[in-house]
Amino acid sequence: MGTVRVTIGWAATIVSVLVCFDAIGNARAGSPTLSKIVREVQPKVVKIYGSGGLRGLEAYQSGLLISADGHVLTVWSYVLDSEEFLYVVLDDGQRFRASIVNHDPRLEIAILKIDSHDLPYFDLKQETAAEVGAGVLAFSNLFGVATGSESVSVLHGRVSARTELTARRGAFETVYKGPVYVVDAMTNNPGAAGGALTDLQGNLVGLLGKELRNALTNVWLNYAIPVDQLRQSALDIMAGKNPPRIQDESAEKPTHPHTVQRLGILLVPDLLSRTPPFVDQIVPGSAAQRAGLQVDDLILFVEDRVADSIESLREELEYIDRIDPVRLTVQRGDELLELELKLTPQEADR
Amino acid sequence: MRATALAIILAISASGGGRLYGQEIPEAVRRAEAARIAAVAKAMPAAVSVFAKGGQGGGSGVVVTPDGYALTNYHVVRPAGLTMQCSMPDGRLYDAVLVGVDPVGDVALIKLMGRDDFPTAELGDSETVRVGDWCFAIGNPFLLATDFQPTVTYGIVSGVHRYQYPAGTLLEYADCIQTDAAINPGNSGGPLFDAQGRLIGINGRGSFEKRGRVNVGVGYAISINQIKHFMGYLHSGRIVDHATLGATVATGSDGTVRVTDILESSDAFRRGLRYDDEILSLAGRSVTSANIFKNILGTLPKGWRVSLKYRRDDETHQIFVRLAGVHAGDELLKKLAGRPQRPPRQPPEHPKDKKQPNKPPAHPRTQKAEIPAHLAKYVETRRGYANYYFNRLNQQRVWRAFRKSDAPVAQNGKWILKGKQEGAGDVLVELGTTRVTGTFPQGRFVVDLEKDWDSQLGPAGSGGLLTALASWKRMLTVGPKAFGEVIYVGTCPIPERDGLFDVIAATHATVDTRFYFDPANGQLVLLEMFPQQHVDPCEIYFDDYRETDGVSLPHRLEVRYGNAQFGVVTWEQIKLEKLETARRSSSPVEWAAGTVQP
Repeated sequence: MGTVRVTIGWAATIVSVLVCFDAIGNARAGSPTLSKIVREVQPKVVKIYGSGGLRGLEAYQSGLLISADGHVLTVWSYVLDSEEFLYVVLDDGQRFRASIVNHDPRLEIAILKIDSHDLPYFDLKQETAAEVGAGVLAFSNLFGVATGSESVSVLHGRVSARTELTARRGAFETVYKGPVYVVDAMTNNPGAAGGALTDLQGNLVGLLGKELRNALTNVWLNYAIPVDQLRQSALDIMAGKNPPRIQDESAEKPTHPHTVQRLGILLVPDLLSRTPPFVDQIVPGSAAQRAGLQVDDLILFVEDRVADSIESLREELEYIDRIDPVRLTVQRGDELLELELKLTPQEADR
Repeated sequence: MRATALAIILAISASGGGRLYGQEIPEAVRRAEAARIAAVAKAMPAAVSVFAKGGQGGGSGVVVTPDGYALTNYHVVRPAGLTMQCSMPDGRLYDAVLVGVDPVGDVALIKLMGRDDFPTAELGDSETVRVGDWCFAIGNPFLLATDFQPTVTYGIVSGVHRYQYPAGTLLEYADCIQTDAAINPGNSGGPLFDAQGRLIGINGRGSFEKRGRVNVGVGYAISINQIKHFMGYLHSGRIVDHATLGATVATGSDGTVRVTDILESSDAFRRGLRYDDEILSLAGRSVTSANIFKNILGTLPKGWRVSLKYRRDDETHQIFVRLAGVHAGDELLKKLAGRPQRPPRQPPEHPKDKKQPNKPPAHPRTQKAEIPAHLAKYVETRRGYANYYFNRLNQQRVWRAFRKSDAPVAQNGKWILKGKQEGAGDVLVELGTTRVTGTFPQGRFVVDLEKDWDSQLGPAGSGGLLTALASWKRMLTVGPKAFGEVIYVGTCPIPERDGLFDVIAATHATVDTRFYFDPANGQLVLLEMFPQQHVDPCEIYFDDYRETDGVSLPHRLEVRYGNAQFGVVTWEQIKLEKLETARRSSSPVEWAAGTVQP
């Protein structure tokens, strides 16, 4: 069995080398294939500048244009914390204020929107996958090297594996547990997250993931989330379908809704325009404590609706009658947990 | 995994088979593989591994001339000092001496000794490099080449026209090439080749940040086109500086690049550039953003005169601007001297020995005593120079090419030149030993050579033509050795002419003169006489060389001053007299050192 597996691995590798040499062969024959493909892909990758800038927290990352009208797919991170300081810079140096359409905390992706049209973009509906061993290109603004009208950087490599991040549970602190492409190009660099992993023809196969380090071995993982994993969520967000950010404005609010205080939750100070709702303290004996909520938990959802800031969390709670239980989805370390908070009649009454 | 696969491919190709596990390997793949092997084989022999004496580190380099001149990084030679040892893939160890350094651009030129048939790298054109092109680095990462065999790392070009900020003003990487070919500590100074094995850059730094000092797929190479600009300067043995325009620019909201500030003392200002002018191109390259402007300027040497196109009120202007240095005066030398030195081997001298205020400081990096005896004759320390030996060598080379011998012009008496100023009238110039007189259509002018020359600038509108001619005659009749303070500057462009020209700068009687020689035939083609700093020189463009009394002399002179042409003078008759009495300056100049071949 072992021998068979090794043989398959070799065969896959050989195929990749052939593909790679083929690209060189074409380039040498006079048609600059690879540089031409690179030049076609680069305008679809954008530079994103936002929050951060403190030591070890770079205030920039990468993103992909996924519609002609300026939808940008990127990773959900602290860089997007404040819409007031969120900019997208295109390949030609054009700079836009960006708004956040929505995000999917389970995939840790977000869709931004800039006010433009007729842009080159990656079509997410296109079915593309990369075989293990296939040659790939990684486009990103790693280290923030590309400024102004400079094009994003491109690295080359191969798909080393398609595997699940959960395969080494506990080794990587990440919310996303689905399949990933592991690549041998050094994509795991500051600012690279949100960039494109393409095949050698320039077809999008994955979104470069956030920086990830194996807590046990200290090794940084170069990986990308396959397009097939994020396609539906991204298309839904673009279509405005799921998950809705807040209740329909016309929905009726109860007279006595929940509040974070009544649930026994004290949040971190609301300083940013989109302060992430981290739990700062728990009131002893409160519904929050009974449900097992802990300090430093990050609240992601109220029921099935995204609560990506303290403000939106408060808004969402306004739609739930305090006699009903509240279902919160929280992130604790690299775990996602669902907790149900229920007030006692006395607590609800006061 | 990649290594394994390559090993398989190589094994198969070595066995001559075109099949792998029963599968036919496509012809294109085998051709590509053969081409890659050929490119590495072509590039490899010129690669150099630099080892500083006494385990003071090292790096990489690449030989670019058959007589052993090699490029490396300034930050590689800085701890090494004036001499070092270099290994090459031929399995031999060569002595090398420092030639010239460019601390701002992080480039150094060294010279390997012992051969005049070194394998050399073919210089490419980094302007044609495209993102996605295959490329490879050869070097000495982690100083692994103790077996003299350098390491090859293959990758693609990840970015072009990148800008990496300097540390202060030094080690600025402007317009550099970014690659994912592994660049590790020790690769510094080594070559980056394109897929055809042509030299496109010198690897020097990478982005590492929180990963420690190992490659993370982001290395940077100084473009070979920038180095081509500096090559002549580096050969001069000087510590050379980069250029500044004397004006700042910014990209406006409308996307135009405009002048936001300009020094009135700058040459750009005297040429006519003003606040808010829109910059269109610099040194022949389009300027579409302030970043690109900074990139282009960062690749130019101090003292070069380059074209600048700008637009004002819908009108386009082209000017040729003399670029000032990034550093003023001896600011650069002070910076280098102030950098951390390696710990001294000997205990510090007795305090009372330290006070020698009038003695110029020794070379900041290495004491003369550390230089091996057989290399001592190729090393000359002098303030402002990495190695003055090479400056003298080039003064000698340029002079010999000009005169076809070491000797200056023997006729050192009065020179009488008769001719016409085009469209104006007759001209008579008498270049005597103590005074110069000139009769021009606009009058008669006299220069007393015993007085300071900088205030005697007739005829009006010429910027000092008679003084410039006096300087010209002095250079011809005494040569660079006796002229005064003489420096071989390097190679510089001349407006609207192709190629670069050898420049010798000479100071005498308070005026500075720059002599431009055509390296193709050795002829003096341009003289610029600067009576002071921050003023325009008198420029004389020499042409129509003919033999007169056995001396090849120009018979056509175009004289320019500022933005205007003063006139074109053609000589119909030239008479050179010999001074009978003074033999002092007529004897052939003797050069202290021989040629550089050991």
